[in-house]
Amino acid sequence: MERQRQFDKELDSLKKKLVHMAALAETMIDSGLAVLVQRDAGPAAKVREYEQEVNRLDIEIDEYALTLLATQQPVARDLRFIVAATKINGELERIGDLCINITQNSETLLQQPPLKPLIDIPHMADLARKMVRDSLDAFIAGDPLVAQAVIMADDRVDALKDQVLRELLTCMISDPRTIERGLALILISRHLERIGDHAVNIAEDVIYMIQGRDVRHPRTPKERPPESEL
Amino acid sequence: MNGNMEYKIQTENLDLYYGGFHALKGVSISIKPRAITAIIGPSGCGKSTLLRCFNRMNELIPGVRIEGRLLLDGRDIHASGMSLTQLRKRVGMVFQRPNPFPLSVLDNVAYGPRVHGMTRGAALEEAVEAALRATALWDALKDRLQTPALSLSAEQQQRLCISRLVAVEPEVLLMDEPCSALDPIATERVEELMRLLSERYTIIIVTHNMQQAARVSRETGFMLLGELVEFGLTVGIFKNPTDKRTEDYVTGRYG
Repeated sequence: MERQRQFDKELDSLKKKLVHMAALAETMIDSGLAVLVQRDAGPAAKVREYEQEVNRLDIEIDEYALTLLATQQPVARDLRFIVAATKINGELERIGDLCINITQNSETLLQQPPLKPLIDIPHMADLARKMVRDSLDAFIAGDPLVAQAVIMADDRVDALKDQVLRELLTCMISDPRTIERGLALILISRHLERIGDHAVNIAEDVIYMIQGRDVRHPRTPKERPPESEL
Repeated sequence: MNGNMEYKIQTENLDLYYGGFHALKGVSISIKPRAITAIIGPSGCGKSTLLRCFNRMNELIPGVRIEGRLLLDGRDIHASGMSLTQLRKRVGMVFQRPNPFPLSVLDNVAYGPRVHGMTRGAALEEAVEAALRATALWDALKDRLQTPALSLSAEQQQRLCISRLVAVEPEVLLMDEPCSALDPIATERVEELMRLLSERYTIIIVTHNMQQAARVSRETGFMLLGELVEFGLTVGIFKNPTDKRTEDYVTGRYG
């Protein structure tokens, strides 16, 4: 029978802070895209406000994790959990930064007429946001399968980024007046692709936390752990 | 009123000599009320000696000389107006090896109240029950109060010793390596008990197990060769100690 330790309450508290941070990051993705898609500068303020909170949590979570390590000397899954928490913290903070970048690029685009209908970029944003959400769900639930699905989902985001690049290059080559807008959109797609990468990092940290297996940096795609192995 | 009422116990430049041996050197420490304070340090550093100063137990050792001031609630405990019995009622001690009396559970816990003439009859029974509840022993022992205390497990004996103190309504609990004789699970349970008790009592624990100090205490003092080298928030001592000697000790580099 598992005992509820004082330490478990503290670990729960750490979890809650990360969940809150992830929720902020997801909202920032949505709001940053809203500036672009709705052509409305309004949501930008929310992105900036949430970024302050994300940065504050970044510091708070690291301090808290360090305190737990210093005072509780955790081992085994508790130790892996706390180490994973500090790494996930860093990934979420970077996601916050990328959302600010998206917002800034979007604000630039508002100053000129739209270049083309936006289909792939909003799609990338949806996928990236889901990856962030799912990676945190995997963390909370301790579910390696959900984490693995996040890792696999990254290929789709990368493919969309390549597609966006090809289309916009064609556009910019045929008409140099579109270069400024084209570049801003390419940058936005790059930021979204990076958000996907950070979600993958979180998912890899989650697998390590649950199973003690390090699945990062497989040399070839074949070395990625197949679903059946989990 | 002398001293700072924000603190339960304070020492000011405390020196202690065992004959010619200078065991405590100018120790000035301030212990906050209703919290757990830990004192750590290598063997022979003076931590148990310091602990025994707080209820004047060192005076039982021949050849001991004490200089400097020791205050309980701002009052000097060596002042002529302070009764030793009263002091030891207010400041109780738990030892490394549980030392229940060779009596029943009931008589162990009732001993103190009876000696102090505090209670009789039904009131005494209530005091015993309250003391055993405070250490989570009541449910296990309520139907076995006549059981010889020495037949209990080590953990239960240690809890019983704490009950014995609680029964005389102390203000401070001094604990000298209270978990050394217990296995890790029992240790964790006693640590939980300490956390609970610290809501009502001031607890000072001496331990050579620094992980325990890190887990349970709010503030920690590090002693070395009779000196109080560093004192502060436990989190600070274990994350980023100020003194290199403290850091060498807690990281295990002290040879």
